[in-house]
Amino acid sequence: MERKDDFKERRQHLANLSDEQLNQRFWDLLDQVVNPLADLAKTHTSPAIERSVLLRMGFSSLEAKSIVEKCQRYGLLGKGAGNVVLKASAISGRPYREAGLQLAEGNLWSQVEAEFAGGAK
Amino acid sequence: MDVNKKLNIPELLKDLEHYRPRRKGWTWRKPLPRDAQLGPFKYKQISESLKNYVPLPAAKYFGGIDPQPECIITTEIASGRFEDDIRRMRMAAWHGADHIMVIRTAGQSHYDGLIEGSPEGIGGVPITRKQLRATRKALDIIEDEVGRPINFHSYVSGVAGPDIAVLFAEEGVNGAHQDPQYNVLYRNVNMIRSFVDAAEAKKLMASVDMLQIDGAHNANATAREAWKVMPELMVQHGINCAFSLKAGMKKDLISLSTVPPTATPAPEVFLDLPYAVALRELFQGFKMRAQMNTKYMEADPREATVNHTMNLLISRLTSVDIQSTITPDEGRNVPWHYNNIAATNTAKQMLIGLDGLTDLVELKKDGPLRKTVRELKERAILFLEEIIAVGGYFKAVEAGFFVDSAEYPARNYDGIVRHADGGIGPDTVFARDKDYFAPVCHMYGDNHLPAGAKKACDLIGGCTLCHPEKIIYIDELDEEDNAAQRMAVMAEHRAKGLLRPEVEWYADGVISMQLFYPTSARVAEYAALALAEKMGIKEAEVINRLPMHPSEGTFLELKGKVDIDIDPNELDIPEEVPLLSEEEIRADIKKNPMTIVGATVGQDEHSVGMREIIDIKHGGIEGFGIACHYLGTSVPLEKVVDAAIETAADAILISTIITHAEIHRINMRRLNDLCKEKGIRDKVILVAGGTQVTNDIAVEEGMDAGFGRGTHGHAVASFLVEKRRKL
Repeated sequence: MERKDDFKERRQHLANLSDEQLNQRFWDLLDQVVNPLADLAKTHTSPAIERSVLLRMGFSSLEAKSIVEKCQRYGLLGKGAGNVVLKASAISGRPYREAGLQLAEGNLWSQVEAEFAGGAK
Repeated sequence: MDVNKKLNIPELLKDLEHYRPRRKGWTWRKPLPRDAQLGPFKYKQISESLKNYVPLPAAKYFGGIDPQPECIITTEIASGRFEDDIRRMRMAAWHGADHIMVIRTAGQSHYDGLIEGSPEGIGGVPITRKQLRATRKALDIIEDEVGRPINFHSYVSGVAGPDIAVLFAEEGVNGAHQDPQYNVLYRNVNMIRSFVDAAEAKKLMASVDMLQIDGAHNANATAREAWKVMPELMVQHGINCAFSLKAGMKKDLISLSTVPPTATPAPEVFLDLPYAVALRELFQGFKMRAQMNTKYMEADPREATVNHTMNLLISRLTSVDIQSTITPDEGRNVPWHYNNIAATNTAKQMLIGLDGLTDLVELKKDGPLRKTVRELKERAILFLEEIIAVGGYFKAVEAGFFVDSAEYPARNYDGIVRHADGGIGPDTVFARDKDYFAPVCHMYGDNHLPAGAKKACDLIGGCTLCHPEKIIYIDELDEEDNAAQRMAVMAEHRAKGLLRPEVEWYADGVISMQLFYPTSARVAEYAALALAEKMGIKEAEVINRLPMHPSEGTFLELKGKVDIDIDPNELDIPEEVPLLSEEEIRADIKKNPMTIVGATVGQDEHSVGMREIIDIKHGGIEGFGIACHYLGTSVPLEKVVDAAIETAADAILISTIITHAEIHRINMRRLNDLCKEKGIRDKVILVAGGTQVTNDIAVEEGMDAGFGRGTHGHAVASFLVEKRRKL
């Protein structure tokens, strides 16, 4: 079940394009291919992205990993792990790094979860 | 840094907690104007010279110049122990590499998070904050030494792409591979996860002007018949380029990793050149990283080098921004120190050798070149049209569009198939809620900051990219598997300054040898292994076997280990006599002409040695302008001295054999005596030479100097000029 090289037939609609038009078509088609991918990335996140947020907030890789795993377990990754940490900070009245370390150790989660439950989805 | 001192690795590993990169972003070479003069030549395509360098061997004929091509030259260094790689980086920089690429250890792309500390790697190095800091710190020293910025590079891929991108942005890594298609096709990371992660990783890379290289060349290395995947390669380059632009990267920091797809005995240039041209036309404004072909690489470094030379011809006939190099031994082992240098020099030699090529020749504007260029572009467009027709990229991957071994639109249906809900990390992508936010800089996509927030990281008083002091540094997690422990094993060896051969790691003891056996390949291989055993070489292995003829003979290369240490303090190394430069000798002779009389004396019919020393053709003393009267062979000593008087010679050069009867000593002594008798000894320099003559013997017998086997005219001329100055 191989497909023979039918280039000569397939190319008919390209035959009359100038080189410049051909280049333009290449990039237009690429736009059509990558636009849905770029949109998907805009509206979604992942454990790695959230770890990268926590790293930028000044958590170590080990701390970031632990917090993100727990965010995932509590179904809160869609809120953003950094957002979760700030929420924990507000609830506990501790600086955000301390609150984050509490989260990494498994504390404060029920309060954070309850706080988010009332929020937007 | 004193060039005569080795890098102090334990010192480099100290105080890394406080190390900060002194710059971020990619640096290009500084091109010199066209027709820039260097030594005796004008160049069209060179950049600023280095402050310290090792030039190509033939540079000694051209004033020791080391012209640097205008493009970046890459070398890939990753032995598994970064503490040893650092020394190789310094050597490579001296030969002209300014892009140091560190391959990651096997398995890192599936590690869900960052690795910390300095564990040993396999086939690469575990990329960690400690390893990055120590390496960058060393590169700071090295780039000061050579006088040119060095770009440090590794990989942002796998299931921790965004984590690694932050790490790289924080630590000043200058360039990285990033291509979600690489994850999908070759690392089987879930495709949705790969693209979502890639957007964030690319945004972070763009934030510090990191240069990106894509992963399309892997299709070339994977496909059964690499020359058939050219349309797909253009599609893969296109997808990553277009996606990178969406993520905020600048066009001139997006580089295509392009490989000439085939290798001889294929008609290489006929196939590869149209592809290279098509690519450069479609991707104007992007950068070209010219990789070399590894797909068809075997154990023979000569063959590999010729193929890479062909690849470099393509670079010069089209264009290149970053010239990659592949070590000539990569087909048989993890690259050895000196093969990184060999590969760097192959690139430098070719790029400089072909300087200004397109001023002399141009690519034809009709005929097969243009026809194939057009056809390749159309095939790539048809490929994209079908991706859209089947419902987009993910559907196309599920349908096995990629790395199909047929030339598109033909299909063999043997491509790599991945599923949107499969691979590593499926179902790990989450929709961002309406109240999603991240209080840090450089987030790609929706970030619903609380009302009133101007800059995301204001909410936390600054993120690590604005305030690096917030970075948490972890030194080591494993007390056993780390650089300090590895170095402790040989600490005493290091402290004593003992020498053991190495190719990769400190004192690994690996040596190699080349040999020829007049027999068939298989017998030769076992004979070589038996020989190695008798020589005391351990773990011997034949690494290259080239039949010269089925029965007449086989060339072999063999590697093995020795554990013999040499203490340099116990070596009896004769003092090196510095020679006057060739220019200085010529100038001296021009100002003050010199005449010599030369002869092979006694009953000796050999003229080769003396002719080598005299003849201009052999680099002899004639070439320095010294007038030479050669009297021939078996010349009586009296005749030599008479000729010297007649020509008012400044020196007499005799060549003499060594015999058990001490004829050589007698000849020297008699020459000295004769010159005294004739009253010219204080005006004439006496030099004796011969295969077994030493300076000590000659001086003992009244000569001014003696020269043995391997002497070149330069050494003799230098001695004559210096001696005459003292008369």
